[in-house]
Amino acid sequence: MISPSRWLPFEKPLQDIEEQIQALEAYAAAHGIDRSEKIAELRVMHADLSHQIFSNLSAWDKTMMARHPNRPYTLDYIKLIFDDFIELHGDRRFGDDPAIVAGVGRLNGETVLVIGHQKGRDVKERQFRNFGSARPEGYRKAMRLMELAERRHIPVIAFIDTPAAEARLEAEERGISEAIAACMALMSRLRTPIVVSVIGEGGSGGAIGIAVGDHISMLEHSVYSVIPPEGCAAILDTFGRDGTRGHEAACALKITAADNLRMGIIDEVIPEPLGGAHRNAAETAVLLKDTFTRVLAGLHKLPTDVLLANRYAKFRALGQYIDPSAPKKKAKK
Amino acid sequence: MSEPSRPSVPPGLWQKCPKCRALLYVKELERNLRVCGQCQHHFQIGTAERIAQLVDEGAFTELDDGLLPANPLDFPDYEEKLVRGRAKAGQNEGFIYGDAVIDGVPTVLGVANFAFMGGSMGSVVGEKVTRALERGADLNRPVVLVCASGGARMQEGIVSLMQMAKTAAACARLKATGNLYIVVMTDPTTAGVLASFASLGDICIAEPGALVGFAGPRVIEQNLKIKLPPGTHTAEFQLNHGMIDLVVPRRELRTTLGKLLSYLAPATAAADVDAPVAVAVD
Repeated sequence: MISPSRWLPFEKPLQDIEEQIQALEAYAAAHGIDRSEKIAELRVMHADLSHQIFSNLSAWDKTMMARHPNRPYTLDYIKLIFDDFIELHGDRRFGDDPAIVAGVGRLNGETVLVIGHQKGRDVKERQFRNFGSARPEGYRKAMRLMELAERRHIPVIAFIDTPAAEARLEAEERGISEAIAACMALMSRLRTPIVVSVIGEGGSGGAIGIAVGDHISMLEHSVYSVIPPEGCAAILDTFGRDGTRGHEAACALKITAADNLRMGIIDEVIPEPLGGAHRNAAETAVLLKDTFTRVLAGLHKLPTDVLLANRYAKFRALGQYIDPSAPKKKAKK
Repeated sequence: MSEPSRPSVPPGLWQKCPKCRALLYVKELERNLRVCGQCQHHFQIGTAERIAQLVDEGAFTELDDGLLPANPLDFPDYEEKLVRGRAKAGQNEGFIYGDAVIDGVPTVLGVANFAFMGGSMGSVVGEKVTRALERGADLNRPVVLVCASGGARMQEGIVSLMQMAKTAAACARLKATGNLYIVVMTDPTTAGVLASFASLGDICIAEPGALVGFAGPRVIEQNLKIKLPPGTHTAEFQLNHGMIDLVVPRRELRTTLGKLLSYLAPATAAADVDAPVAVAVD
């Protein structure tokens, strides 16, 4: 479905081996000779090296993985995970935002509301999807449909994949801040289970706007951050303010799935196939689907009041500070 | 408490208005609640000054003033910046809250301190905002939050981002208990703070000329290489676009708040809950 044709800088050694294999195969075919032994050897090398590279990615490498142009997007996963999906449009106030898709889907015979940021694959679609940067209409569409989900007692599944919310003047005029705030407030009390997964870029307010839920997961090579690393490097004197030290900011900001799990921000890291989700979208979708299925089964068992109390407590507990009046230091580790 | 927000202005008898450049006699500026008599520019003010301007005489008791920031990410330079922020702001963190009485109405009042790392929201600010909102819900009192912030605190990374969700949830909880929530946006109220608790007021008031916006106009012009028309991202702009209820000059703020509180959250309504007490000055 998606060809892993674009190589990231740290994949260079793998690219070299793959090119060698291709050259050998072509040579063998052209000259009718057997090179299978050498090719098999290269394939073993490739596998070993892959394991080594992809289990040691830096926060900056992961940022590039999360933004990989071939990385599966929300609609790719929707096709692979749900038995049916009817996309629904519009916020009934101003317009329809293609940067957030929403609709009714079927998961293992159960109806679910699916919402998610949507990026574009080619130049035209990227513009149409506004690079996954949602406008106020996107959050308001999500809110409208989440209210429906609450009324019909159907769970919500949210895919997070955005560089940031749209900040241009037209978004400001229509209240991007209010839209994000109101969406979080609604989700915090929505009387139906909400399952959230960060599948690519969990970018700032644009991400958290639809990421308040009962269970938060991240794909292994996705990132979740208060600001893009380059942006952080551009505004903090700590990183020289020239924007060139994004790799340092990425590391300092603790944006990887493992970091977020360690800090208690998320509940679970979903592993990706070797080489990343874009090398095997179908397998990634199976892993996501398994997670949603298992998590929803657990959440369905909870009375709604318990579900809501747990959700409030979950976000209430996030934060680390020193409270001298408390019996002991409050710290989440 | 003095507000050292314009470091270029020398301390002394005279102060220059950063907007119209008029030279202002400090005593008169103070009598004028730190509003320029020439152009009505509203200077940023400190928390003590703000509280004194809004509450009935002596009717404020600060709560949880001992909460101190940690360094959840072990972020480089953060601890030095905290030390500097503390020195500059004269407070432990960028937000204070407590029990107040405004025009006879027992209220939970919170005030941001822009001098502390730009009023940015990290764990302590998020926690105190949440505690203020929860106190209103638990004691059935209205909550008034005076905002001034550049947004989320970068040095606490994703933990800061989560304060947006946490405070928004606390706003929703306060409203679900039937209580009133009023926001006062002062210069500047932006980004992660505007996109969470600051936008969720039942009533949103802003001071004239305050910078109010998701991303500051300078950020937009730099990132998108465009020129914005004048007057965007201000209190008046937000009023024109339906995002806030009122632009209220500082001189009228106390009266306006007092009326709104006594009309919408009269003290008698909460009398059976937890008898409001006349609180002592801190």
